[in-house]
This record gives sequence, C-alpha cells and structure tokens, in this order.
Amino acid sequence: MKIAVIDYDAGNVQSVMNALQRLGVESFLTDDTGLIREADKVIFPGVGHAAAAMQKLRNKSLDQVIVSLKQPVLGICLGLQLLCRHSEEGNTGCLGIFDTAVRRFELEGLKVPQVGWNNIFGYASPLFDTVKENGFVYCVHSYYAEVCSQTVATTEYGIPYSAALQKDNFYAVQFHPEKSGSIGEMILQNFLSLV
Amino acid sequence: MLCKRIIPCLDIRDGRTVKGINFEQIRDAGDPVELAVFYSSQGADELVFLDITATVEKRKALVELVKKIASAINIPFTVGGGISSVEDVQDLLRSGADKVSVNTAAFNNPSLIKELSDAFGSQCIVLAIDTKKEDDGGWYVYLNGGRVKTSTRAIDWAIRAAELGAGEILLTSMNNDGTKDGFALDITAELSERLSIPVIASGGAGTMKDFEQVFSKGKADAALAASVFHYKEIAIPELKKYLDIHHIPVRS
Repeated sequence: MKIAVIDYDAGNVQSVMNALQRLGVESFLTDDTGLIREADKVIFPGVGHAAAAMQKLRNKSLDQVIVSLKQPVLGICLGLQLLCRHSEEGNTGCLGIFDTAVRRFELEGLKVPQVGWNNIFGYASPLFDTVKENGFVYCVHSYYAEVCSQTVATTEYGIPYSAALQKDNFYAVQFHPEKSGSIGEMILQNFLSLV
Repeated sequence: MLCKRIIPCLDIRDGRTVKGINFEQIRDAGDPVELAVFYSSQGADELVFLDITATVEKRKALVELVKKIASAINIPFTVGGGISSVEDVQDLLRSGADKVSVNTAAFNNPSLIKELSDAFGSQCIVLAIDTKKEDDGGWYVYLNGGRVKTSTRAIDWAIRAAELGAGEILLTSMNNDGTKDGFALDITAELSERLSIPVIASGGAGTMKDFEQVFSKGKADAALAASVFHYKEIAIPELKKYLDIHHIPVRS
C-alpha cells in the first residue's frame, strides 16, 4: 500500500509517519502531484497558520490536486481546517470540501489553545469502527470547524465542534490520532483499512 | 470535557535517565526510551524530558534520543534544557518532539519566544519559569536552574511571555520542589487565572491529594512530577482513579 503524506512545510509530519510505521505501514513525504495522485491513500497533516498554509498549497499547486483526489484522504488538525470552506485564521478561503467554517475559540474563561485530552462522541463514520464512545484523543488547537451535516464525531470545548468530518472519500480529524494512544492507533488503522 | 493532565518528568544526562529508578516491569531503568514506553502504557498524558547535559556535543546525542522516543511512544512529549535558538528547536521538532521548553535563554532574549512561535506555532512553545517566594511575599523569576535571582516577578514575565506567543507555562516553585509537601497553590492559581494559556504546575508533589489540590485550588491545567513516579510512591493508574473520585476530569 502506497501512503503519501503531503509535504507543504507544515508542522510535525514525522509523528504521523512514525505512527504509521508502528502500525507496520511505510509512508512517504511528498509534494509531487503525480506521486500524490498515484498513492493508494493520502494523508494531509499540518500544524500552523491557515492563511500561510493555503498560500503554500497554492504555490505548489497542491490545492487543485487535493480537491480532485479520488482515493481516501485523511486531513489531520490544520489539514481538517484547510478542507473546510473558510477559516478566520488569516481570513482565508480554504479548499471547500466540507461545507463549514473555521472559527477561533472565543468564550469567557476558556483557555486558548485547547491543549490536552478531550473526548469524542456521536460517531458516524467507519473511521470510528470499534472505537468506544467518549474515547479520549489529544487536541492542540485555537480554531475549530463548526458542527455541520458532514460532522461525523463531535467534541465539546465551551461549545460543540467538529472533531471529525467526512464527505465521500474525504475524512478529517481535528485531534491528533498519531498522539492519541491506542484509540488514535485504532482510528489510523481504520483509515488504512478503508477500500 | 478537557481533562487535567498528569506529566512525569525525566531528567536526561548523556542520553540516560538520571534518577535512580527501579521498576520491575522494565529491564533498563536508565534507558529513557524504555521508561517513556512504560509511563505511556501506565496512562501518562504527556512526558517531559529535561536534558541536564546540554552542551554542544551532547545536543547531537539528544536529537538522536528524541528520534528514538518519537518512534516508540504514541503520546505527546516536550524536550527542554539549554535550548537557545531557532535551530535548536528546529532540530528537536524535526526529530519528533511535539513541544520544546525554553527558560533562561528566553528570559535573557524575550524576542526568542516570538521568533519561535512565529516559526513553529505557539502550540509547541512551552515557557518554563523557575520561581521562588521571597520575604516580601512576591514570587520572583530565577534563572540558570535556580542559581541566579532576578528582580522580575513571575506573574509579569508569564503575562509578557504569553503575549509574545508562548503556548503554555511550566511553573516550578523552588520553595516547594523536593519538599513533597504539595504544590505552590497560590502562585499557580494566580497565573492560571490571569493567563489565557494553560499552566503546568511543578514542584512539591508528594501525595495524591497534592495533585487534587493543585487542580481544584491551584487551577492548574496539568501537573508535572518526577520522583513520586520514579520511586513508585504514586502509580499513575491509582492517581487517576483517585482524581476521578474527587471530580477532577482525567483521561481513563
């Protein structure tokens, strides 16, 4: 199985590749549009600033490639946010796979970023097959995707937000499965098992 | 609900863990990788590795160690000790560290915090503050592992660092560190209430109740400890059960 991890200089991709390796799967980091199109599965990770990341994707013409992919794609953290319609972070248009907006957490008494382990619930995707309800996952983020019809798992931090989104072959999680212990491994394994 | 975090801290010298740790479950207690795997399996929410060698030639060894840790564990970890430049941080993050902690170098050059958060994001920059309560009742910042006193109050430095882009504060009370008499609840609560970023409390953990207090009264977002875990005085699964019974949200 060829697993491409999209390289657009965004954050700690090594953790994702290490997690795949622990599951016995080798992946490769690439910004080559041909290699990405040919891969069996594509992971779109990222930590960083939404507007800056969108600019990098456009500079490498990766924006057009990503939206045209037909194989299973997994967005992680910033990857999820960039697959949405719009982000308040730098007020940027995003890739528009998911019909929802990304906003900053702004509630009295709420610490931003959210850092730590929070629970996910309301599963509606094969990504969460065999994952127990209210499983704990590791989150680090200041922005969140609003709940919408494509939300397939929810987390609450002051308000409910999309912990995961899915539309057709596009899957995305706001938390870091690569850092979420055995539950994270289960979710990655479920993604790898998709056909 | 967002959980309170329990964070064991491992001191590293020349690539080995320093304190005399003895667990039956692991073969080599001096091996940071094996200990990291052990703590992660026990339910630690994060780990902190503090490199107390931190000389130039040893830094390469640290990078190699970070690579090994990153490939072995599936929870987040922070690396600190002698970090003073964007290049240091880049090496550690590229090797798989999730966060780095900066201390003295950031105090002496506060723009380092902004440089680091601009380059890598606030979420991976932990500002460590060593603080001591003086006779005038104020908590002051100490540098160089607690050897150098400053005239700056911890609260002022923490607020400034948060504005510059620090993502979390790791607050160690020198008055409490090593006493096992409990965390410094007053300064921890003051920081946590005044700051909009998470505060990790450190120094003074002796009993499970100390952890309960630092979360309920100290308003800490996370608690860090070393010897109570290393010397098996407190086991993480029991600690989490205790906290759960006392209505502190923890990851089970």
